[in-house]
This record gives sequence, structure tokens and C-alpha cells, in this order.
Amino acid sequence: MLRYVFSRPERLKVYHTRTFNEIEIIGLNSIGIVAILSVFIGAVISMQTAANMTSPLLPKYTIGYITRSSTILEFSPTIISLILAGKVGSNIASEIGTMKVTEQIDALEIMGVNSLSFLILPKTIAAMFFFPFLIIFSMGLSLVGGYVAVTATGLSSHEEYVFGIRSFFLVSDITYALFKTVCFAFIIVTVSSFFGYYTKGGALDVGKSSTQAVVWSSICILLTNFILTQLILL
Amino acid sequence: MIEVKNVNKSFGDNHVLKDFNAAFEPGRVNLIIGQSGSGKSVLTKCIVGLMEIDGGQILFDGNDFSKMNRLERKEIRKEIGMLFQGSALFDSLTVEENIMFPLTMFTKMSKKEMLDRANFCLDRVNLEGRNKLYPAECSGGMQKRIAIARAIAMNPKYLFCDEPNSGLDPSTSIVIDNLIKEITYEYNMTTIVITHDMNSVIEIGDSIVFVYGGRSWWYGNKEDIIKTDNPEINDFVYASQFMKNLKNKLKQEGM
Repeated sequence: MLRYVFSRPERLKVYHTRTFNEIEIIGLNSIGIVAILSVFIGAVISMQTAANMTSPLLPKYTIGYITRSSTILEFSPTIISLILAGKVGSNIASEIGTMKVTEQIDALEIMGVNSLSFLILPKTIAAMFFFPFLIIFSMGLSLVGGYVAVTATGLSSHEEYVFGIRSFFLVSDITYALFKTVCFAFIIVTVSSFFGYYTKGGALDVGKSSTQAVVWSSICILLTNFILTQLILL
Repeated sequence: MIEVKNVNKSFGDNHVLKDFNAAFEPGRVNLIIGQSGSGKSVLTKCIVGLMEIDGGQILFDGNDFSKMNRLERKEIRKEIGMLFQGSALFDSLTVEENIMFPLTMFTKMSKKEMLDRANFCLDRVNLEGRNKLYPAECSGGMQKRIAIARAIAMNPKYLFCDEPNSGLDPSTSIVIDNLIKEITYEYNMTTIVITHDMNSVIEIGDSIVFVYGGRSWWYGNKEDIIKTDNPEINDFVYASQFMKNLKNKLKQEGM
């Protein structure tokens, strides 16, 4: 399947337009859900950290430090990607699955269009290009969420939290997170497209494909996350 | 001209097409008729390459389609227009964009030229001015006509219609049948129509292949099919009691 997806496009201009449309559909339209989740994830991490810091020997800036590290290394790239696997993955599988059962994909093939490339390549490029921006946005909002939560509840001061999030900062953590995100974006689009493209039957089967797409995308993301953590961080 | 020679196709133990032979000539409406499950749709999908055949040959103007590689098939497919049973219009595109789609993908026409061509095709199917509608906003009959407009946008040499009248009322069916007949004669296309509809058979059947048990069981035209004594054909054509009575009456009257 991937060989045909990445074969030479028939008309580059059409693919450009489709890629920009996909950036809007699977990227820009996900900003809202990513923003809400990120703020609350950041807020909960910071409050959980503060609640578990029972030792008086631990400095208060640890809250900011742990919030930043957890958010950048795991919560933003992995949890947001799992959420996107649900939102974007089911959308892709049901869109392509519906096209399959209503013979729209056959219509593309009859016209001489490489349907795999036409449908999947723009989505793959759009996701791999735009998801890193979504994750950077998510990281920022998580830190803001954490800040609001701990300062509003008096668990930490402004100075301590900001000092914490700036302490022991490594740029490689961001690089690692974004590299993971690009891998996850590829997984979400290709796994979901696979289930959509090979749908057989009717509306019920489109629903099944959509569910399978989300389940398998999530499993692949978790496995890839485990492998990448082993390979890169350890 | 499209020739199907000794084509076989199986799905596991289910042998759907058995040494199937047929020839479909240009400038004629060639009908493929037969009972549900007889292999008509599989045959069409094999001819256009949506399914691979197990054996035999499919020749487009003498060129063996079944032996062509992906790129060679692509060139043939640019000359094929297809009307699907469910129309298969792209939901996210307007009527105009649907018709312009193959032109956008495969020609270097300017936007204006494509628009002119789309308008011409829409006029041809009597849907002028419906450019900006979405498929969901159109009736079943309109969707079929839009699909015909899209199918003829690239001036195809071959036109395939998979049950063009399914789900349509009798008068709209006649409109679609006449449209298929007119464009076939006008552009000298090789048109293949799969149908169950006996009105279509009588209306547009220049050449008819009856598929029975996966074989090309009977050939003829619309006049022959009325007169034939082939029992399998008669069971199919005169399936209802009304049609059987009609046939007996015609026989008694010596017609």
C-alpha cells in the first residue's frame, strides 16, 4: 500500500491544494480540542505533583520542573497524539471507508487516478507537517494551565513555578518530542487510511473500520513510544 | 471495440465467470443482462480492471488489457467513462467540480476551458445552471445525469453503465436510457450497459448478451429477445405471470 501512496502524483498542483485543505481539516480543526486538553493536563500534573511533594527537602520549583518535563516528554506528544488518533483517525477511516463502499474510490481508479496516493498522501504530509505545531502549542498551553492551577490555589508562587520550568532545560527534549510526534502523525494517518481503504460492505462496516482504526492507531502509538523511548532516551 | 475471450474468474470455490466470450462494438449500445448473481458486475469489473481475471483475454481495440502494467492501464482508463449504480459522485465537490475533476487531473486546460466543458456536459444532460449544487442536494435521477456528464467530460471511447436505472421511476429511466443511446451514437462510443430493466432492453438494446451461470448464454438484439425460444432467456424476460400471459397472447395472435 505504502509503495502506491508514495508514488509520483499525477498532478502536483492538485496535490498541493489537497494538502492545504487537509491541514485545515485534520490540523486547524483540532486546535480547540488540543487547547482544552492541554490546559487541563498541565493543571492536573502540576497539582498532582504539588500534592505528592510531602518532603520539605524538595524545593517548590520542582512542581514547575516536573510539569515541564512530563508535558514535553510524554503528555503533549503521546497523550495528545492518542486523542488525535481518536479524532483524526476515525475521521480519516470513515471518510475513506464511505468513499470505498459508495464506489467513489472505484470511480477514481476508473478515471486512471492512483486513489491510494490521491487520498492518503496529502493527509500524511499534512499531519506530519502540522502535528508538531499542534504539539508545541499543546506544550505551551500545558505549562500555562499548570501555572494557573498552582498559583491560583497557592501551591506555588509565580517565581518558583517559572524558575522550575526553566531549570535543567534541554533542547534535545523538544527535538525528541517532535520526532515522536512526526512518527505518531504518520502512524495515525496510514493506519486509519488502511482500515478505511480496505472497508468492505456497508455503513456498519464503515463504523467497524473507524473503531479498528482508532484502536490500532493507539496500540501502534503506544508501542512506537515505548521503542523510541528505549532507543533515544535510555 | 472490446472483446472478452475465454475469461475465467473465481472467488475461492465459487467459479463466477466460466470461459466467458463476448464482443462489444463501437457506436452501439451493448447490453449485458442476467439474473442477480449471474456474474454481470464481476464481468464489468474484470473488463475495467477493478478485478483481475484468472484466465483469458480482454482486448481494447486489439490490445490485451489483462497483460498491461499499471501505467499502460492508466492510459486506457483515461478513455473510459463509467456510470456507477450509486452514481459515485464525490460528496465534497459541487456538480461542476465533479465534472471538471478528470479534466483537472489529466488535461492542461485553463480554468475557463474546463468550466466551458463542464457547462457543455451539463447542457448535454439537460442540467444547465445546476453547477453549484452538491450531490446530496440532487435527486437520484439528477445524480445519474451528473455522473453521465462526468463520464463524458473526457470524450471517452468506452462507456460503462452499471444498472443506470436502479432506483429510478420509469419515466426518469427512459430519460437516462435515451441519453445513453444518444451519446453513444453521437460520439461513436463502445457502450456497455448492465441492466435488469426490460424496458431498457427493449428501448436501447442494439446488442444483448445474456449471462447465465457465469457463461455468455445467448446473444442477440432487442427484436431477437422477444422472439427467442431459449428457455433460460424466457424465464428471465417473462418472469412475471403478466409477462407470460402477454407472450402467450402474442403467440396466439401470431406475432
